[in-house]
Amino acid sequence: MVHVSATPVLALRGVSKRFGAVQALTDVELEVHAGEVVALVGDNGAGKSTLVKTIAGVHPIDEGVIEWDGKAVAVNKPHDAQNLGIATVYQDLALCDNIDVVGNLFLGRELKRRGVLDEVEMERRSRELLETLSIRIPSVRIPIASLSGGQRQVVAIARSMLGEPKLVILDEPTAALGVEQTAQVLDLVERLRERGHAVILISHNMADVKAVADKVAVLRLGRNNGVFEVKTTSQEEIISAITGATDNAVTRRAARSNAEAQK
Amino acid sequence: MSIEKTDKPHAAVDAPAAAGDASVAIDPRLLVREQGFAGYISEFKRKMRAGDLGATPVVIGLIVICAIFQSLNSAFLGAENLNNIFVAMVATGMMSVGIIFVLLLGEIDLSVGSVSGVSAAITAVMSVTHGVNEWVAVLAALAAGAVIGALHGFFFARIGAPAFAVTLAGLLFWNGFMLQILGSNGTINIDSDGVVGKLTTYYFSDVAAAYGLALVAVAAYFLTAFLGNRRREAAGIPSRPMSELVLRTALLAVAAFGVAIMFNQYKGLPLAVLLFAIVLVGSDFVLRRTSYGRKIFALGGSVEASRRAGINVTAVRVSVFAVAGLFAAVGGLFWASKIAAANQSAGSGDLLMNVIAAAVIGGTSLFGGRGRTWNALLGVLVITSIQYGLALQGIATPIQYMITGGVLLATVVIDSVTRKTQKSAGRA
Ligand SMILES: Nc1ncnc2c1ncn2[C@@H]1O[C@H](COP(=O)(O)OP(=O)(O)OP(=O)(O)O)[C@@H](O)[C@H]1O
Ligand SMILES: [Mg+2]
Repeated sequence: MVHVSATPVLALRGVSKRFGAVQALTDVELEVHAGEVVALVGDNGAGKSTLVKTIAGVHPIDEGVIEWDGKAVAVNKPHDAQNLGIATVYQDLALCDNIDVVGNLFLGRELKRRGVLDEVEMERRSRELLETLSIRIPSVRIPIASLSGGQRQVVAIARSMLGEPKLVILDEPTAALGVEQTAQVLDLVERLRERGHAVILISHNMADVKAVADKVAVLRLGRNNGVFEVKTTSQEEIISAITGATDNAVTRRAARSNAEAQK
Repeated sequence: MSIEKTDKPHAAVDAPAAAGDASVAIDPRLLVREQGFAGYISEFKRKMRAGDLGATPVVIGLIVICAIFQSLNSAFLGAENLNNIFVAMVATGMMSVGIIFVLLLGEIDLSVGSVSGVSAAITAVMSVTHGVNEWVAVLAALAAGAVIGALHGFFFARIGAPAFAVTLAGLLFWNGFMLQILGSNGTINIDSDGVVGKLTTYYFSDVAAAYGLALVAVAAYFLTAFLGNRRREAAGIPSRPMSELVLRTALLAVAAFGVAIMFNQYKGLPLAVLLFAIVLVGSDFVLRRTSYGRKIFALGGSVEASRRAGINVTAVRVSVFAVAGLFAAVGGLFWASKIAAANQSAGSGDLLMNVIAAAVIGGTSLFGGRGRTWNALLGVLVITSIQYGLALQGIATPIQYMITGGVLLATVVIDSVTRKTQKSAGRA
């Protein structure tokens, strides 16, 4: 196991979120430590993206507490989350089609030189960043609209890497990617963990989850449905928690005793 | 099964080195620009095919318009007529600059005509009827324009009412407001030697003024481009070839000195044109070189993305409508200056249509997120040229409206087709 600090970087305590008549999240608990990759899984509509957006300040929570480094914090707008050091890649990528790659990477935190946009420095850093992430796109000066779905995805991911975040949230980052790009993103997740970042990874792909995650948190119909250690849990157990096919308390017990037996 | 899958990424962990090598080798799909002048031409051709027409259709249109009117009447390209076109276009042009800010958001402001009338009326009533210092009256009118715009912006951005409807209400309301403050006699004449009067009647008669301005413009353009290029080279990122820089500067020099010679053949550099040039350079700078401008473009591209990037959507929207109101007020002053009066017909008629048409004809997209304030210059040149050309021929207003309408339709068609081509070329 990767060693993790005692206090989680991020902890959600009893978080609830309603959209009109839809109760999207009910009493959700989640803990993420530095140097840890937590996979968040669940069926379509389970509330994964909603949970991400509450953490990122896009949808403020209705009830519950968000703790950052052990202290309760208010996350009411995207800036609050950014200031804490949370970087998010949304499922619906949220890039501006009419602005070029450099502009999108730095959107909302443009570099300035004497009060004027420093295009040269932004372009240089963009190239550097894309190179270290081995991302290949035609040019950093073409509008996002001219990129393929996968290229947009990597730009969105690269965007989250700027500014050394403490927690990176990736909402289905590999959904639109080819085999090689998927491997690159998974690499990236591992590199983030090595550098001591906390990562929340949402994915429907069990293979990806098993490959990089330390823990799997399952959401079902907007509620927690168990947290599993990846090393000691079989894919079938996770899947049954997602679909609710087995009694979740039993599954959790099995996972726990299994873990103890291994130690 | 699961063991296989767990293995895969570990194999990939070693991959970065290989991937790094691959990215050094040039990807054949990349549109790497050839160096030098040939590269510039091929890049231009590629952009044309991809529907990235830029200002090309307008420039061609303008040349065609000039050729037609010149063949009908040789006075068209004469110094006096051209000078009149340049001075007359400033009122509409100023308002067009403001409307471009709003169009970049993908919104519309229908109230700018009425707001310009309010601005003229406020200035005239304060300075002529009540004897207030004219500078104070002018500042009050400009402030009123900005506040009115901000008010529209508030109803749109904060309350969530459609901008179209809010500003349509504004169109009616502010027209009534103007008629109310103008009072019963309806027309207030303005001292043509006053601040407002001089806006369109003052000329820098010294020939050095027009040539100096042209020289400063060309030198400033070359220097900023050259120094920018040097910084790019120093940072190791692609820069424009020197030949392209020289070509662009030469084209600008031809245009700038051509216009300067024309002005000097008549009365010299008009104050109105100098002010318009300053506004164009300033607004272009704000839109393309400051983070405020970047926010406006971002909102025109995706409101949700902007919000998530931490942009204060409401504040930017309100401020943009305030800018439109401010420039409407500026335009109103130039309009009052031209007719030397504030009257009941100010800001009505085809003014609003011309303002929007100028922005769109110049190449600003109605769909938001694409355009520059220079578009206002090109568009308003087209519209005013048509007006003056037809007037020289003694052709009446109805035909003028029909022709301007036709040009606008053609432009909107180009805008929509451009968008489609760009979509299919993947750059909507
Ligand atoms: N902005 C919104 N307004 C109203 N309801 C919403 C909104 N966003 C999400 N919901 C609802 O909340 C529930 C959870 O949606 P969410 O997008 O979080 O699911 P998800 O787990 O991310 O699913 P997927 O795997 O398909 O991405 C759904 O029932 C959805 O309809
Ligand atoms: Mg989702």
